[in-house]
Amino acid sequence: MTGTGPLLQVENLKVAYPIRSSILLRKTGENVAVSDVNFELSAGQTVGLVGESGSGKSTVARTVIGLVKPSAGRIRFDGQDITDYSPRQLKSVRRQMQMIFQDPQASLNPRLTVRDIIAEGWRVHPGLVARSRWTAEVKELLERVGLNPDYSDRYPHQFSGGQRQRIGIARALALRPKLIICDEAVSALDVSVQAQVLNLLDDLQRELNLAYLFISHDLSVVEHICDRVMVLNRGVVVEEGTAVELFENPQDEYTKRLFAAVPVVRPWLEQTP
Amino acid sequence: MTMTQPERDATSSGTPLLSVQDLAVEFSTSAGVVRALDGVSFEVSEGETLAILGESGSGKSVTAQAIMALLPRPAGSIAGGRIVYGGTDLAAQPIKKVRELCATEIAMIFQDPLSSLNPVFRIGYQIAEPFRRRRGMGKREAWAKALELLKRVGIPDAETRIRDYPHQFSGGQRQRIMIAMAIALEPRVLIADEPTTALDVTVQAQIMTLLADLQAETGMALILISHDLGVVADVAERAAIMYAGRIVETGRIREMYDHPAHPYTQGLLDSIPSASTIGERLKPIVGAPPNLLSLPTGCSFHPRCPFATEACKAAVPPLRQPDGWLPPHLAACIRSEEVLAK
Repeated sequence: MTGTGPLLQVENLKVAYPIRSSILLRKTGENVAVSDVNFELSAGQTVGLVGESGSGKSTVARTVIGLVKPSAGRIRFDGQDITDYSPRQLKSVRRQMQMIFQDPQASLNPRLTVRDIIAEGWRVHPGLVARSRWTAEVKELLERVGLNPDYSDRYPHQFSGGQRQRIGIARALALRPKLIICDEAVSALDVSVQAQVLNLLDDLQRELNLAYLFISHDLSVVEHICDRVMVLNRGVVVEEGTAVELFENPQDEYTKRLFAAVPVVRPWLEQTP
Repeated sequence: MTMTQPERDATSSGTPLLSVQDLAVEFSTSAGVVRALDGVSFEVSEGETLAILGESGSGKSVTAQAIMALLPRPAGSIAGGRIVYGGTDLAAQPIKKVRELCATEIAMIFQDPLSSLNPVFRIGYQIAEPFRRRRGMGKREAWAKALELLKRVGIPDAETRIRDYPHQFSGGQRQRIMIAMAIALEPRVLIADEPTTALDVTVQAQIMTLLADLQAETGMALILISHDLGVVADVAERAAIMYAGRIVETGRIREMYDHPAHPYTQGLLDSIPSASTIGERLKPIVGAPPNLLSLPTGCSFHPRCPFATEACKAAVPPLRQPDGWLPPHLAACIRSEEVLAK
């Protein structure tokens, strides 16, 4: 590990998209997606980003991973300032940050076998795993995420939703990341399967000392898995704190409204005064 | 009404408005015939809300499709059972007749309002359409009715917004528009299939409140289909939990959640993360839902069930009342007493 400080540091992050005039494409204004976002994330820690659709959760994640250029602010990863890195420089950094997406169906190439999906990253980053080790390594990864290692020659459509999400996790782990961004990673799964995947994420974090940036609109999942939570509203962090603090005693009006709207499984338990 | 009330569901207060009895639905696929629904029975009365809960593939949506004669053709068909509405068996009627009836008396709203609205027509036109087609109203009169509905479902500035197109509305507003269309002809039964799944939590709560308010006003029966056990808890009095095409537990929602009598219901409730699970491991149900093409013998939940015994593999357990528990509560498990004791 390079630095001893936090793995990821985001300072005064701002992302704005220009609004251009229809003819000369002159910049006539800007649409601010997120502004003034600050946070740190250490190895072994989970930070949650919550907010409604359009609040800027995904924009923050996309900026961290370098898919969107920030208009202002700095992003430091493992001690290096990666804000102005060129695509070439970003390549090696990106290996260490992987992403798990919401829809495992859409994020796995239907024409590749599970083995090829997982090994694809090694093709892009040669030298990480020797080609002779690929088959064995794929099997180990599948086993690690709780799938039958003999399934490596199957195609994504032969798996259930929860299993596909496990493949997505195996693909992310294949590149030995330090940070995994989970963008609504369990939102599309049924509750019984969701619990399995959450437990798996938890195990992997303990074992590999992974940092998670966890984005979700499901507040009970966030409360369960995150150490710290940031609440975004219209691109601004309105409140942040440890998960326990925040959920027990929200201060901001918006946060209160958001939490109050979360459906409770047994509402009658809370109605008793 | 001439029909006899089925004894397996004696929960509702009045005469049932819609009664589904022993419904079976089959789909023919290239891999063989799949029984998507088997022995499904429930009923709803006027002013009552029934939640149908289950995970993907459990048959919740197929149930709604069967009632509305919307099963994909030619693959899907009703293989048995009755759907009794107002004394007639919808399952025995030609599709065209059922659709006609559904247009005015049984309405449905879907998960994704954007794909259910036509993007090239103003929403006013779309809401007014049922009044013109089914009630033979003139353009002006129908438009006025549409405006009234928009106001009723809480679209602000309805006078101007009525001229807008679907893409100009937010997700929550679109669902309100869908609800406006569904209640336009004052249906007696409204089926809502995952009405809030695609929406943010704050909007979700608003839509559920709207549905409850409309129901209180009109006295319609509401069938809420959801995968989310929490969303329906406030609104529904009764629930039916589905697994692999069957109802595995049914009863008053509060009693079921507090005292689940089927291991699947118990497993679902245990899987939900909550404040009390922080720092602990969740207790998921092991394994995955079965493939309907090759259902396990006997109780289809037995491979995932912590209570399973040899007897569970032998026969499909019928819904029954666990010993020592009150009537509306039924579970399809031979070991309900042990499940309840846990």
